[in-house]
Amino acid sequence: MTRTATWRTRLLYVGVAAVVAYCLAPFYWMVVSSLRRTSDIFDTSLLPTPVSFENYRAVFDPTQGFTRALLNSLIVAGITTASALLLATFTAYAMARLEFRFKRLILTLIIATSMFPVVSIVVPLLKLFTDIGWINTYQAMIVPSMSFALPLAVWNLTTFFRQMPDELEHAAMIDGCTRGQAFRKVIIPLAAPGIFTTAIITFIAAWNEFLIALSMTNKSAIQTAPVAISKFAGATQFETPFASQMAAGVLVTVPLVVMVLLFQRRIVAGLTAGAAK
Amino acid sequence: MTDTTIPPGATVHERGSASLQPSPPVHRRRRTHVRATAGSGRMAALLVSPTILVLTVVVLYPTLMALHESLYGPKGLDPSTGFIRTREPFVGLHNYADIFGVAGQRFWNAFWNTTFFTVVTVGLETVIGVAMALIMHQAFRGRALVRAGILVPWAVPTAISGLLWRWIFNSHGIANAILGRQILWATEGFHAKVAVIVAEVWKTAPFIGLLVLAGLQVIPKEVHEAARIDGAGALRRFWHVTLPLVKPALLVAVLFRCLDALRMFDLPYILVGAQKNSVETLSMLAQNEASNVRFGPASAYAVILFLYVLLIALAFVRLLGTDLVAARDGRKTSRRRLRDVLAPRRTEVAA
Amino acid sequence: MKTRTTRALQCAATLAAAGLLLTACGSNGGSDAGKPAGSTSFEGRGPITYVAGKDTSGVVQKVIDRWNMLHPKEKVTFVQLPTDADSQRQQMIQNAETKSDAYTVLSLDVVWTSEFAAHQWIDRLPEQRFPLRNMLKPVVETAKYRGGLYAVPASSDGGLLYYRTDLLKKAGITKSPATWSQMTADCAKVKRLPEAKGMSCYAGQFQKYEGLTVNFAESVDSAGGVVTDASGKPDVDTAGARKGLDFLVGAVKDGTIPKEAITYQEEDGRQAFESGKLIFLRNWPYMYALAEKSKLAGKFAVAPLPGLNGPGSSSLGGHNLALSSSARNKATALDFMKFFSSQDSASTFLKDASLAPPYAKSYDDASLVKQYPYLPVLKQSILHAVPRPRVVQYGDATSAIQQEAYAALTGAKSSAQALKDLQSALQKSTAQ
Repeated sequence: MTRTATWRTRLLYVGVAAVVAYCLAPFYWMVVSSLRRTSDIFDTSLLPTPVSFENYRAVFDPTQGFTRALLNSLIVAGITTASALLLATFTAYAMARLEFRFKRLILTLIIATSMFPVVSIVVPLLKLFTDIGWINTYQAMIVPSMSFALPLAVWNLTTFFRQMPDELEHAAMIDGCTRGQAFRKVIIPLAAPGIFTTAIITFIAAWNEFLIALSMTNKSAIQTAPVAISKFAGATQFETPFASQMAAGVLVTVPLVVMVLLFQRRIVAGLTAGAAK
Repeated sequence: MTDTTIPPGATVHERGSASLQPSPPVHRRRRTHVRATAGSGRMAALLVSPTILVLTVVVLYPTLMALHESLYGPKGLDPSTGFIRTREPFVGLHNYADIFGVAGQRFWNAFWNTTFFTVVTVGLETVIGVAMALIMHQAFRGRALVRAGILVPWAVPTAISGLLWRWIFNSHGIANAILGRQILWATEGFHAKVAVIVAEVWKTAPFIGLLVLAGLQVIPKEVHEAARIDGAGALRRFWHVTLPLVKPALLVAVLFRCLDALRMFDLPYILVGAQKNSVETLSMLAQNEASNVRFGPASAYAVILFLYVLLIALAFVRLLGTDLVAARDGRKTSRRRLRDVLAPRRTEVAA
Repeated sequence: MKTRTTRALQCAATLAAAGLLLTACGSNGGSDAGKPAGSTSFEGRGPITYVAGKDTSGVVQKVIDRWNMLHPKEKVTFVQLPTDADSQRQQMIQNAETKSDAYTVLSLDVVWTSEFAAHQWIDRLPEQRFPLRNMLKPVVETAKYRGGLYAVPASSDGGLLYYRTDLLKKAGITKSPATWSQMTADCAKVKRLPEAKGMSCYAGQFQKYEGLTVNFAESVDSAGGVVTDASGKPDVDTAGARKGLDFLVGAVKDGTIPKEAITYQEEDGRQAFESGKLIFLRNWPYMYALAEKSKLAGKFAVAPLPGLNGPGSSSLGGHNLALSSSARNKATALDFMKFFSSQDSASTFLKDASLAPPYAKSYDDASLVKQYPYLPVLKQSILHAVPRPRVVQYGDATSAIQQEAYAALTGAKSSAQALKDLQSALQKSTAQ
């Protein structure tokens, strides 16, 4: 019995190690590449020798405006996520809990419309935003980002809300809660893992958006991080600043990892905590 | 199909407040149901309309523009002035008909590439993602860090991960160093497809993993316990209990992956390069047409891709139907199914 | 002061002439070409923008700052686009399609001139306003479309043959090869040396991208063929072109060009050369300073590209300044273009960013040559250069070239078949 248990744990750790290795090995290569000097960028040694921070210094060189770009990304992705989540929560609640006509159609439309290739919607949107003077504004990036963030959020939340037993809500309503209160006090806390997961996924999708952010801006003060990275240049036309792009990639990824670390307790805690009480 | 409605008597009693009399659950359900549906149409309209409004502005409007554009041909060159004409000629459905004619070969190649990438990558991602989720779901030390760690690939911007993999698959890159032979990954051929698949699966398996993990988290422990007590083996528990319960979350994840994979663009574009027949996808083709200022054919490709995507979305909605959109009776069947899964084993144990 | 007035008058006169001509054409041709391009009035003064790919050397901002100091009421803002040329073009086309006035002066890759001019995304410029006569002729040609000037050369570029002086010397070779057969013969000698073990002879840029078009066109031109003839019509299915392509195909087959070179872009080739894997390499001048900093310092030199029966011809690179037709303050824009493309600015660009100047004089300047020893060779390279096909649908033309050249290089098609297919593909894309 105990023997099988220890084997189980060992197996588990082997599994965990495999997963971690799979996910992080290429990322490790990114970190290693970013720590090489430009001159030994073609090395394939597993450790950068010598370790050089010249690429990170290059990224934070004031002329690149990378710090500002990170802040812009945070604003755009943050507002996109918050508003997508807010709107999606309402919609997903209706989808999960209410009976009405055309539900299937609406749900299909929500997902299908979002799937129009971005390359094709960017020119009409650019025309529209030029006309209403939205070029170089945050909303010109946030609103189009809703096109993929919103469907993602609606669909995910709908699934999670559907998974909540509706007896809980009904019980609360019998206890005198209104529908809204029941939703706020019972469903939302219980669906927290789903909501946070959705938030993270939406945030990452918005954080990495490139084409819209590039097209809607022409001032470096308002560009987002992926746009700023695309403007990293080598000393001459033909040199690719690969190492500093990798450094920037690491810098763009790390805030997300930190965010997941901060929120991950929420992802797990949600229902398990609620149900244990 | 499934629904975590807990078998009657399992949790509701424990969780319900003290004022709840142990009246038969079915009865209680009926009563609240009546209240729940009253005026729900108007309420639903209120709740759904903001989303619809936003999507109309950001998607429907440009989509209709693209649809309109797809009926026009490229502006021709006026040989007498040397200038491109200012107006695009109306060509009707000509751009669409072209995929069976002059543009056919390239189009169908891109179409099959897109389909191949979607099927293979989403298939692999699902297996790897579910495995990740199952491992993450276990209790072990350092779980928080590991969980954040698996999200790293998904968090790396696609363009950057394209560059990273191009570096890895360089002719003198680490991939060849590990394999011990020189494969020219970025040239035409099946190996180019392999490179794209490896990079894509690496980047997006965590997406499925995370969503399935969240799905696992909301499954009440009791369900698992019940199955375990019933003596179901690990594999059987996974197949008959866990999988059906996470299926809605998994299907949504797979759906989004499919739709995203169908639009795959950056990764093959950066990793292998533009206009490589082995990896050219429909999005790349549309982008290529647009960049050569042929907005008509570009829009037509986009519309075809859109219809393809729509078809797949519809199939999924059908598949997911009972979970996401069906009426209440659909939920009952799912509840019965869960019971069916558990019941036979109960009798087994009893016997 | 006086010269300015005269120039303005001259300019007005040509403009009027051009305008009349074009209107005449337009009326009898019954075309719907919109407003005649000659009618641009270059009016308005005030703030404008300069749009180009990102520049790390900081030299662009430096030159703009100098302008802004002199013209506080007509300030120029630098709008930076991504480094990748395709995204630059895409952003500029989007700007033109939306008729936005956000971009004023555009920095165009030399191969985009025809396309931008034919779409009337850029204005026809008054030739008298710019010192074109002092510039190298092939460079000025890249700025023209159907005889009209649509852009002003700001920088140029030409291909050079980098070679290992140390190895050639050891093998008893004193002169750089002028023909392909000399080059392969030199290689055979060098490879007998013990230190040349495992080295390959030659490489260029053969990955399926714009670089392949450059290298293909150079081989064809160097063998006496053409891609497009003087009137811009494709004429690539010829014996001359075939000899050019056959050189590349044969070299890949017999290992003169290493197999992996079909994945090479500029930087891969540089890496291979610097790590001692290549004896000869075709690359741009940018590599000179970098190689000087590598372990090959002092062990290499540059020569004009070799050809079939004598020195070959290079393709042309570089950037031209153009004026967006939907821009405002065009009078300021013209002045700025003149300033930005002046010999002074060109020298600054050479010194700070190693950009090849369009002016003939710069190449003979002793102090510059001392600093940039490749200048005389580069001048020869540019003077003998042939522009890449100047067609409106350049995007289609270049992808057809890449498609067929790549098929021939990888052995998927015979070179005869590839050229035949290329000819018909080019005919289709120029017919539009």
